[in-house]
Amino acid sequence: MAIGRPKIKSLQAAESPLLGGAMFSPAVLYIVLLIGAPFVLAIFYAFSDARIGSTTLHFVGLENFRSILQSPSFRKALQNSIVFTICAQAIVVVCSTMLSIALEKKFRGRGLLRFLILLPWVAPVSLGSIGWKWILDSIYSVITWVLVWLHFYKPYGAPMWLGQPHLAMASVILVHCWRLIPFATVVMLAGSSAIPKEIPEAAAIDGAGFWRTLFQIKIPMMLPIINVAVLFGTIFTFTDMTVVYILTAGGPFDSTQTLPSLAFATGIQGSDLAAGAAISLFLVPVLVVIAYLMLRMAHRAEVV
Amino acid sequence: MAVVETRNLTKVFKEGALGAVNNVNLETREGEFLVFLGPSGSGKTTLLRMIAGLETPTSGEILIGGKVVNNLSPRERRIAMVFQSYALYPHLSVYKNIAFPLKAQGVKKELHREKVEWASGLLGIGHLLDRKPRELSGGERQRVALARAIVRQPAVFLLDEPLSNLDAKLRASAREELEQFHKNVGTTTIYVTHDQIEAMAMGDRVVVLHQGVVRQIGTPKEVYEDPADTFVATFLGSPPMNLLESSDVIIGFRPESFLPFELISANNQVKFRYKINYLEYLGAERVLYGTLEGSHFESKEIISRLSWTMPAGYEAGSVHDFAVAEADLRFFNRSTGKRAEARALPWP
Repeated sequence: MAIGRPKIKSLQAAESPLLGGAMFSPAVLYIVLLIGAPFVLAIFYAFSDARIGSTTLHFVGLENFRSILQSPSFRKALQNSIVFTICAQAIVVVCSTMLSIALEKKFRGRGLLRFLILLPWVAPVSLGSIGWKWILDSIYSVITWVLVWLHFYKPYGAPMWLGQPHLAMASVILVHCWRLIPFATVVMLAGSSAIPKEIPEAAAIDGAGFWRTLFQIKIPMMLPIINVAVLFGTIFTFTDMTVVYILTAGGPFDSTQTLPSLAFATGIQGSDLAAGAAISLFLVPVLVVIAYLMLRMAHRAEVV
Repeated sequence: MAVVETRNLTKVFKEGALGAVNNVNLETREGEFLVFLGPSGSGKTTLLRMIAGLETPTSGEILIGGKVVNNLSPRERRIAMVFQSYALYPHLSVYKNIAFPLKAQGVKKELHREKVEWASGLLGIGHLLDRKPRELSGGERQRVALARAIVRQPAVFLLDEPLSNLDAKLRASAREELEQFHKNVGTTTIYVTHDQIEAMAMGDRVVVLHQGVVRQIGTPKEVYEDPADTFVATFLGSPPMNLLESSDVIIGFRPESFLPFELISANNQVKFRYKINYLEYLGAERVLYGTLEGSHFESKEIISRLSWTMPAGYEAGSVHDFAVAEADLRFFNRSTGKRAEARALPWP
């Protein structure tokens, strides 16, 4: 009883609404101040004619939305965002699944390899992107240098990785994959190690080879966790502007412009806060739908 | 059907450490139900996994149907295995679980339904084919695992503690069904368990393992009545065999052979003064825990098991004359623990 009493007391304290509220408040404060307020402000601006430097503000209804829907830049950015997200996610899912399977078995240096694979995720995005900007630079690119050295291209005849529309898009996608694969791999590793080891063994005894075990047993069992990885990855990709901004700033000719980078270019750099806010609001319904779909899929595919 | 044989089979997991399985030689008979029995860590599961091809032997050979299979993958060994956890594929329906081995081994698709229905009918789970494993009870899952194992008519069945996840009552009926099932299909079966009751009830022969070494192979009657060493003597039987150490010999007798003096009809018997310290009432029997008095085994702890048909009056604290028929004594070499010839008692 003497031991039990303090426990009961602390339980009562935990149940007091004041303490509960106090412990909960940092999270609420964070969400309200850093996510809620800007979100409400963005909605408000999207229906106004707010501009940087202007002291007046008028309500303009749907005018901003009508004008950006007619803008070719916006349509290009929307299309790019979709291509960017789908391609990046497809590559990330395939590569991270392969990596997680390769890293499952014990071998010499697995710890070091895991650490190296995780590095791109740990390093700040901006630093990584700046590194890639140099690697893909039109004059100083090491890739170009190696290709020239191997006689694949003549000097000065090599492709401009960030200067040609399709190559630029591919570069942006690949750099984004480089950054997201570690995260997805860690998630997948957690998913694949959650499969009891008897199950692939049972499959082996039942006569299944490597591929059948992979595609009919392991991947279906990992589906809920793959969904989680894709859900997070999609949101990271769809809302990311750092990689695009640092590598190409949306160019050449808007060919790598995505919704977030266009919103930044229009709203902050172009001083048209209202249009920028309206563009960024287009992200919301897409993200809500993606989140809803993914959560539903994850729930349905739930196993055991 | 096929015979499984191991020759000097050894598995060492960590170099320099004691082997998990050491020099095991055994051979099943055609259609036999062979049980590997041993405490946990005795190497019985490792031995089974080597036969299945899930573990590579450090040395020695495994033969199935007279052919060395060391280098064959599990799928080429024509075996089926039921795991302790059943290892059903959670995302597939019962039908697809049972059909999986057929698909994996390239059996023609037209034959799948017929074979799945045959296997599920044999185990009485025909009505569950559309369910997912998570919607099944423990007993039903076990049957699905069995159906998945028999559906492609393997040469050998390997069962790894398949009853240990069932509750006690279900276990008894599942044991009976499993025996019946073995009779029907007649496939050579190797069954791993740490439960001696399962081993005794089901096995045609029992392989008793301890620290990776085979201690005895024999029918349940042989291993119980004529244990090859003191380990087998004390591992089998609950409560275990009583052992008395004297000069160079260990003398053992079963608790059910240690009875009140007046109840033993045999001519040659060994008499002891027995003080009962406490007793357990188990319904069909009473288990007495006590100590010997008077002889040079003074205060040696001895267990006696009395059937409920025997007269009452053996209470805690009372002292009685107990005895063992000489025919029920077993002799072991004191230094090796191995079985020795019957001989004259070393005390007067």
